[in-house]
Amino acid sequence: MKESDITHRLIVGFEIHVQLATRSKLFCGCAVEFGAAPNSRTCPVCLGLPGALPVLNRRAFELSMLTGLAMGCDIAPVTKWDRKSYYYPDLPKNYQISQYDVPLAHGGRFEVPHGDETVSARIIRAHLEEDAGKTLHDTPGCSLVDLNRAGTPLLEIVTEPDISSAEDAHVFCTELHRLVTYLGVSHANMQMGQMRFEPNINVAIEADGREYRTPISEVKNLNSFRSVRRAIEFEYQRQVQDWLADPGYVFKERPNENRGWDDDRGVTVFQRGKEAAHDYRYFPEPDLTQVEVTRADVAEIREGLPELPIPRRRRLIEDCGLSADDAATIVSDRATADLFDGAVRAGGPPSTVSKQFVNFWAKLANDRGVSIGALGVAAARMGALARMVDEGTINATAANRIAERMLESSESPDALADAMGLVAVLDADQTREWVDQVFAANEKAVGDAVSNPKKAKGAVGFLRGQVMKISGGKANPKLAGELIEARLAAPRDD
Amino acid sequence: MLTATETADAVRAGRVSARDAVTECVDAIDRSDGKIGAILHVDRDGALRAAGDIDRRLAEGEDIGPIAGVPVAVKDNICTIDSPTTCASGTLKGYVSPFAADVAERLVSAGAVIVAKTNLDEFAMGSSTESSAYFPARNPWDMSRVAGGSSGGSAAAVAARIVPCALGSDTGGSIRQPAAFTGVVGLKPTYGRVSRYGLVAFGSSLDQIGPVTRDVRDAALLLSVIAGHDVRDATSVDRPVPNYVAELDRPIEGLRIGVASDYFGAGLDDAVRTAVEAGLDALRERGAELINVRLPHLKYAIACYYVVATAEASSNLARFDGVHYGHRTADPKDIFDLYSASRREGFGAEVKRRIMLGTFVLSSGYYDAYYDKALRVRTLIRGDFEAAFEKVDLIASPVTPTTAFPIGQKSADPLAMYLADIYTTSANLAGVPAISVPCGLDGDGLPIGMQLSAPWFEEDRLLAAAHQYQSITDHHQRCPKQ
Ligand SMILES: [Zn+2]
Repeated sequence: MKESDITHRLIVGFEIHVQLATRSKLFCGCAVEFGAAPNSRTCPVCLGLPGALPVLNRRAFELSMLTGLAMGCDIAPVTKWDRKSYYYPDLPKNYQISQYDVPLAHGGRFEVPHGDETVSARIIRAHLEEDAGKTLHDTPGCSLVDLNRAGTPLLEIVTEPDISSAEDAHVFCTELHRLVTYLGVSHANMQMGQMRFEPNINVAIEADGREYRTPISEVKNLNSFRSVRRAIEFEYQRQVQDWLADPGYVFKERPNENRGWDDDRGVTVFQRGKEAAHDYRYFPEPDLTQVEVTRADVAEIREGLPELPIPRRRRLIEDCGLSADDAATIVSDRATADLFDGAVRAGGPPSTVSKQFVNFWAKLANDRGVSIGALGVAAARMGALARMVDEGTINATAANRIAERMLESSESPDALADAMGLVAVLDADQTREWVDQVFAANEKAVGDAVSNPKKAKGAVGFLRGQVMKISGGKANPKLAGELIEARLAAPRDD
Repeated sequence: MLTATETADAVRAGRVSARDAVTECVDAIDRSDGKIGAILHVDRDGALRAAGDIDRRLAEGEDIGPIAGVPVAVKDNICTIDSPTTCASGTLKGYVSPFAADVAERLVSAGAVIVAKTNLDEFAMGSSTESSAYFPARNPWDMSRVAGGSSGGSAAAVAARIVPCALGSDTGGSIRQPAAFTGVVGLKPTYGRVSRYGLVAFGSSLDQIGPVTRDVRDAALLLSVIAGHDVRDATSVDRPVPNYVAELDRPIEGLRIGVASDYFGAGLDDAVRTAVEAGLDALRERGAELINVRLPHLKYAIACYYVVATAEASSNLARFDGVHYGHRTADPKDIFDLYSASRREGFGAEVKRRIMLGTFVLSSGYYDAYYDKALRVRTLIRGDFEAAFEKVDLIASPVTPTTAFPIGQKSADPLAMYLADIYTTSANLAGVPAISVPCGLDGDGLPIGMQLSAPWFEEDRLLAAAHQYQSITDHHQRCPKQ
C-alpha cells in the first residue's frame, strides 16, 4: 500500500514526571540536592535499612495538590500509598512507594491557547511517588549506586491521548513546564532531569474504509521540548511507514513497546516490549497512614492559588492591550508578571511598561542570566520610569540608559535622569534652534520631505533623529517632530 | 534472680548496684544459656560499662528513671547500636544497625541496661524458634521441647531466670505463645501504642513490640517505658501513656469478661481447656462477670493472617538482596544471579516459603482472590471485636491449643505449625492488646497460658485484670527446675 492510499492521524498522550521543589525528601529528612558527593544525602530511611520507616513530607503533598488544582483536577478526599515492587540496585527497598488506585488528584483538563486554537488534554491523574537513586556504569567491571536522589518527591501526571500533533505536544509541554515553575512547585530544570516527558504515541490509519491503529510506543525520559517534538515526529513517520510496509501486522505480533530517544541520530530505539512488563504486585503501604483531605483543605489551597499564567496572559492582552508575544514574555515567570502588575499599579502606563520590559529590562535580565523578576528593581521604580517616558520627561533612549543605572543605584529614576542630564528639554525655543541647525545641515533630506511625497515620511523621521542626536538625547521627540512638520509646512521665505 | 520491679526497687534503695544486677545477669547467661539457646549476643563489657555509668549517676543523686539498673534482653529483630541485629538470619549475620530502635532508646533513657539480644525464628517467622539460622531456643521446663516462637529466646530467658525481663515482638502471637509455653507473662500492646521504628519489619500492619516478664507488674512497668508516640513511625498513635503500674490495683469487681465459644472448639487440648476454665472461675470469684460472646469470623483468622502477613513479609524482605548490606553471594554472574543466589543462600526454608506465599497472593490475577479478600475478612474480624466489646470489657481465651510441643515435631509440617497460632492471630488482625498469663501446668508439668484481650488502647484495664488474677493465684511464681 502507498501512503497516498491512506489517511492517518497522530494520537499522543503523556506521562510527565515533575520533581517537587521541597527542601527534604518525600519520606525522610535528607536534603534534596543535585551534585552532592555520592551517597552523602542519605539516611536509614532512604537507604532502606532494616527497621527504618517512612514519614510523609506534608509539603510535597501540598505542592501536589496545588498542581492538581491548577490543572482542574479533583482532589481525592482520602488518598493512600501503595508499594510497587521491582528489583533494581538503585531502589534500595526493592519497592517504590507510590500511589496506585487512589491518586491524590484526578479528572482534570489542561488547556493552552495557541494562536486561534486551543491545545487541550484531559488529565487522568496526578500522583506522588518517590524517585529511585542512580546506577552509574562508568567504571569498567563494576556498577556504582548513588542514592542521593532516592526518595526525592516526584509528581507523575498522566494525560489522556488527546494531543494530535508534535507541534501541539510541544505547546502543551512548554505550558505545563511554565505552570509548575510559575507555581513554585518545581524548579523543573530539564537538564537536571527535574521534569521528564514520556509521550505514548500511535497512529490511527484509515485505509479501505477501515480504521487501523498502530501499537503504542512510549518514548522514555525526554528532557527537552525539542526532543519531545522530534521524537513524536519521528515516531509518527516510523509507525506510518512500518504499517505501510506490513499493513497486516496486528498487536499479537507487534505489542506495545518502550523506546528510547537517540538525540544525536534523531531516532527512537526499541528498548523492550510491554508484554514483558513487570507484575508490580501493588498493595497498600502499611507503614503509612491514609491522607484525608477535607473540602475545607481543598478550598483553602484553591484560595491560595495565584492567578495562573494562561488567564494572566489573557488579562494582559485584553485589559492592558498587550500583544500576545509581549504578554508571553512578561508572564514567563511569576515574579516577572508580579513586577509588571506592580509597575502598572504604581502608575506606569501598561503599554510603556510592557515596551520597556520587552525592549530593555528583558535584555538586562538576560545579560545577567536571571529573569526580570529577579533583577531586584522595585516595581514602583519601574513604574516611575515608564511614566516619565509617557509624560515626555525623558525619551525612550534615555530610559534605557537610566534603567542600566537603576540596577546599581537605589536612587529614583527622576534623580538619575537629573544627574545624568537626560531630562528632556521641553523648551520650544531651544528645540527650534536644534531644528534650524538640522535643516541647515541636511538640505537634501529637507528637499525630499517637501517635494517627494514617497520619501516625505522617512525624511521627517531622519530629521527628527538628527535633532535627537545633536541635542544629546535631551530633545523631546514629540515636540521636535511637531516643530519639523510645522517648519516644513510653513511658506518659504525665499 | 529478682524481677524487673524488684531490681529497680533494690537499685533505687541502694541495696544492689546496677553493676551487680548486670553482672548477675550476664553470669547467669554464661552459665546456663549454652543448654537453652535463648541468647544470640551478649555484650558483657558494654553492659557493665553502662551499669557503671548508672551507678555513678545514681551516686551523684541523679533521678535516672523508673527502671534504672534493670538488665533487659531485647529480641534480635530490634535494632540496637552496640551489638549485632541479625533477626536470627544468615542474611544479616554480623549486621550492626547504625541506629537504635525507638524502644531501645526509651529503655536506655529510663535507665535500663540492654544486656543481650535474644534468639527468634528467622525474621520472626515461626512458632517455635526452630527456624533460627543459628540454633533453636529450648524450653527451660523441658529441654526436649520448643520454647515457642517467634520470641522464644526472650520467653526462655525470662523463664530460666537468666534475665529479669525482655522485649519481644508479636505479629501473630509471637510474644504470647512463647510466654504461654514457658510460663511467663507476654503482652502484645495495641497496634500503634509502641513505636515500630527500629523493629525489622515482618508484617508491618501486624507487628508490635511488647514486654516478656515474670509477672504482670513488670509488664506494666516495661510498657510504661516503651509506649508512646514516635514521629518516626507514622502508625504510632499520639495519645497519652497512662502510668500502667499505678493502675494495677484497680478492682475487677463487676468487670465483664467475655468468653467466646469460638475459642474453645475442636483441637483444644483438654488440659489447656481445664486450666483456662479454672482461671475464668478464679476471675469470677474475684468479682468479675463472665458473659458469652461470639466472634463468628474467628475461624477465618489463621487463613486471613497468613495471607496478610506473608504478603507484607514478601515486600518487607525484598530489600535483603545482597546489594547494599547483608549476605552477598561470592562471584555473581550478573545482577540477577547476585539477587537470587544471595537470597537463596541468606534465607532459611521458612522465610523462603513465606516470601513465596506472599509473592503469590499479591500477584496479578490472584490479588483479588487472596489479598483483597483477606483485607475484607480482616475488617470483619475487627468488627467482631468491636461488637463484642460493646458488651464486655475483656475477652478471655486460651493462648495456644496445646502446651509446648517437642522440638522437631512440627518443623516438617508447616500447616500444623501455623495452626499453633490459632488463638493469637485475631488480636493482631484487629489491632487490640492481648496478654498471656500463666494459669497452670499440664500433666507433663508444662505451663499453660490464659489470654485476655481488651479494647484498643485499654492496656491499663487489661493489665489490672491480669494483675488481680495473679494476686489470687500463684501460677506465675512457679519456675522450671534449675
Ligand atoms: Zn534519607
